[in-house]
Amino acid sequence: MEPITIHTGKSVALMRNDIDTDQIIPKQFLKNILKTGYGIHAFFDWRYLKGSGRPNPDFILNKPSSQGATILVTGNNFGCGSSREHAAWAIKDWGFKVIIAGGYSDIFYMNCTKNGLLPIVLPQAARDILAQATPEETITVDLEHQKVKYNGREFAFDINPTWKDKFINGIDDIDLTMSHEQEIEAFEARIPSFG
Amino acid sequence: MAQTMFDKIWNKHVITGEPGQPQLIYVDLHLVHEVTSPQAFEGLRENKRQVRRPERTFATMDHNVPTEDIFNVKDVISRRQMDTLKKNCTEFGVRLAALGDRQQGIIHAISPQLGLTQPGQVVVCGDSHTSTHGAFGAIAFGIGTSEVEHVFATQTIWQAKPKTMGIHVSGKLPKGVYAKDLIMALIAQNGVDFGTGYAIEFYGDTIERMSMEERMTICNMVIEGGAKSGIIKPDQTTFNYVAGREYAPQDMAAASDYWSQFYTDDESAFDQQYDFDATKLAPYVSWGTNPGMAVPIDQPFPEPKDINMQKAYDYEGLKPQGQAKDIDLGFVFIGSCTNGRLSDLEIAANIMRGRKIDPNITALVVPASRAIRDEAERRGYAKIFQDAGCEWREPGCSACLGMNPDQVPAGVHCASTSNRNFEGRQGAGSMTHLASPAMVAAAAIHGHFIDIRSETI
Repeated sequence: MEPITIHTGKSVALMRNDIDTDQIIPKQFLKNILKTGYGIHAFFDWRYLKGSGRPNPDFILNKPSSQGATILVTGNNFGCGSSREHAAWAIKDWGFKVIIAGGYSDIFYMNCTKNGLLPIVLPQAARDILAQATPEETITVDLEHQKVKYNGREFAFDINPTWKDKFINGIDDIDLTMSHEQEIEAFEARIPSFG
Repeated sequence: MAQTMFDKIWNKHVITGEPGQPQLIYVDLHLVHEVTSPQAFEGLRENKRQVRRPERTFATMDHNVPTEDIFNVKDVISRRQMDTLKKNCTEFGVRLAALGDRQQGIIHAISPQLGLTQPGQVVVCGDSHTSTHGAFGAIAFGIGTSEVEHVFATQTIWQAKPKTMGIHVSGKLPKGVYAKDLIMALIAQNGVDFGTGYAIEFYGDTIERMSMEERMTICNMVIEGGAKSGIIKPDQTTFNYVAGREYAPQDMAAASDYWSQFYTDDESAFDQQYDFDATKLAPYVSWGTNPGMAVPIDQPFPEPKDINMQKAYDYEGLKPQGQAKDIDLGFVFIGSCTNGRLSDLEIAANIMRGRKIDPNITALVVPASRAIRDEAERRGYAKIFQDAGCEWREPGCSACLGMNPDQVPAGVHCASTSNRNFEGRQGAGSMTHLASPAMVAAAAIHGHFIDIRSETI
C-alpha cells in the first residue's frame, strides 16, 4: 500500500448525501476478478447518458476541469449499502487519493483503509468551504498533523491512531497479524467444541 | 459493570489489542461467495499464503446464478467468476456448494440451514447482509475483499468494537404486519445512517415470540440503517432451530448451556437505548431510492425536504402526497436473503392460492436455497405460484441485485421482498418498492399495492 503523509491536489465536490456503493460502481462491473480497471465505470449511471452511453457533460466528473482531481469532497453517509470493495477500487482507480465526507458507512471506511484511500470526516460547514475550491486551486491534506488546508483556512480532523499509522506507513496487514501467530494458535486451542 | 451480549461475545474473541483501539478478533465462521472472493484468493497466491482454517470456511455461488436454467450460464464473465471460485476452492481446500449442489443457495440462507451459523460465534462474509446471522446471537458483519483475504490467511480480523444500541420492541404485531415492516419502519423513522458505528441488539416480547426466520429478516436489514451488525439473544427458539442440522453440535445440551451465557446484563450497558411499540405498526412500502424513503401503506408520500428526496421523486416518476396504492406496478419479485425463506414463500403462497396474478405483472418467485425450493415443492407452494402465473425459479440472489439475467426492465415499477431500492439496483432504470412478502404477493394479484389489513385480497 502506498503511504500517505501530506497530499496536495485538485478537488471535485459531489455534495449529495447517502451516495450508495451501487451508484459508485453498479453490479454489472463486479464480475471482474481483478482489483483494477474500475475507474472508467465509477458513478456509471450518473456519468454516462442512458441510450447513447456517451459521457453526460453535466456530471461533475466529466468536466474537463475535473480531470486530474485527487480529492473528492462529498456528503454524509458516503459509501452506504453493499460491502463491495470495488467501490473503493473504482474511486481510487479514477485517481482519487482522499475523500472528505460528513461520514462513511462502516464497511466502506474499512475498505478505504485497506487501499490507501484516505477517508476524512469533516462537518458540513468545513465541506461547504472546501466545495468552493476552483479547478485552479488545491487542497492540502496533512495526515500527520490531521489538518486540511485550503485558501488560508485550516480544518482539523480526527482519525483513529491505528488507521492513521497504517496510512502513513503503508503497512501490510497480514504480516502484522501473523506476528501474533502464537496468540492465534493459543486462542484456537481454547475454542470449546461440542462435537 | 453491566455488559451487553455483543461485548461478552466480542471479549471472548479478542486475541490482541486494547479496548477503544482496533483489536484483533478471531473469526469462527467465514462465508464466501463468487463476487467478493476472487481478488482475495489471488492475493493469497501472489504472497504464497494458505487458507488458515478451511474447516471454518464455506463457499457457495449465489449472485451470478441464472435462476431460469442454472446450468446454462450464458454470460461469459459470470461463468468465469463462478469457475474461478470453483478452481480457488479446490486449490485452497475450501468446501463449496456449487450450482446444482443440494447445499447451494444464497449464502445467508444456507449457512443457518446447514447449522453452520451458531450462537456466540463471530461470522464474517464479503457481503453486507452478513448481519443476518446476528439473529442467532452471533457477532456477524460484512467485510470487504481485502478483509476476506486477511481472514483467509489469518482466521482473524482487525476491528474497532462498535458502540451498542438496544432497541426494545414490545407488543403484538397487528394482523398483516410482519418482521419486514418492523425493520422498514425503524429505518424510515430514523434514517439510513442511524445505526452507523453501532451494533443493534433487538429484544423484548415481540422479538422473543418471533421465529428464527423473522429474526433473520430483522437482522438482515439493519445494514440499511447503517449498522454493520444486528444481534438477538439466543434462546430456546434458537437452540431448537440449530439442533439436528448437518453441522450442528452433537452435544446440544452442552452447546446450549455454553450459549446461554450470552445475554445483556441490563439496559444500562447500551450506549443508546430506544423503545419501539409494535402494536401501532402498519405495512410499509418504499417509494424512493433508499430504504429510509418508505411510508405506511395508508400514509401519503412526504414533501421533499432535501435534494436527495427531490431526486428520488424525479427518478421514480412519483409525486409528494401520492399513495403507494397508485404506483403502477409491472413486476413482482419474491425472494432474496431478506425474504426468500420457506416461511416467506408460505405466506405468499397462502395469498396466491387459487388466484391469478394481474395480467400486467411479471412475477418471479425465487427460493433462497435448494433446500427451501425442494421443501416448497413438496408442500405444493411451487404449484400455487405457477398456477397463479408466477415464474418458479432456481435458488440465487436473482433480481434483488440483477447481477444475473433476472432484471427489472427500465421504467418499470417492481414490488419486491428484497432489501435495497437504490437507483438501478434491480436493473438500469428500474424502480423498486420494498415491502413484506404478504404485501408483495397481494400486489401481484391486484397489479398495485393494497392495504392487506383492510382490503379483501
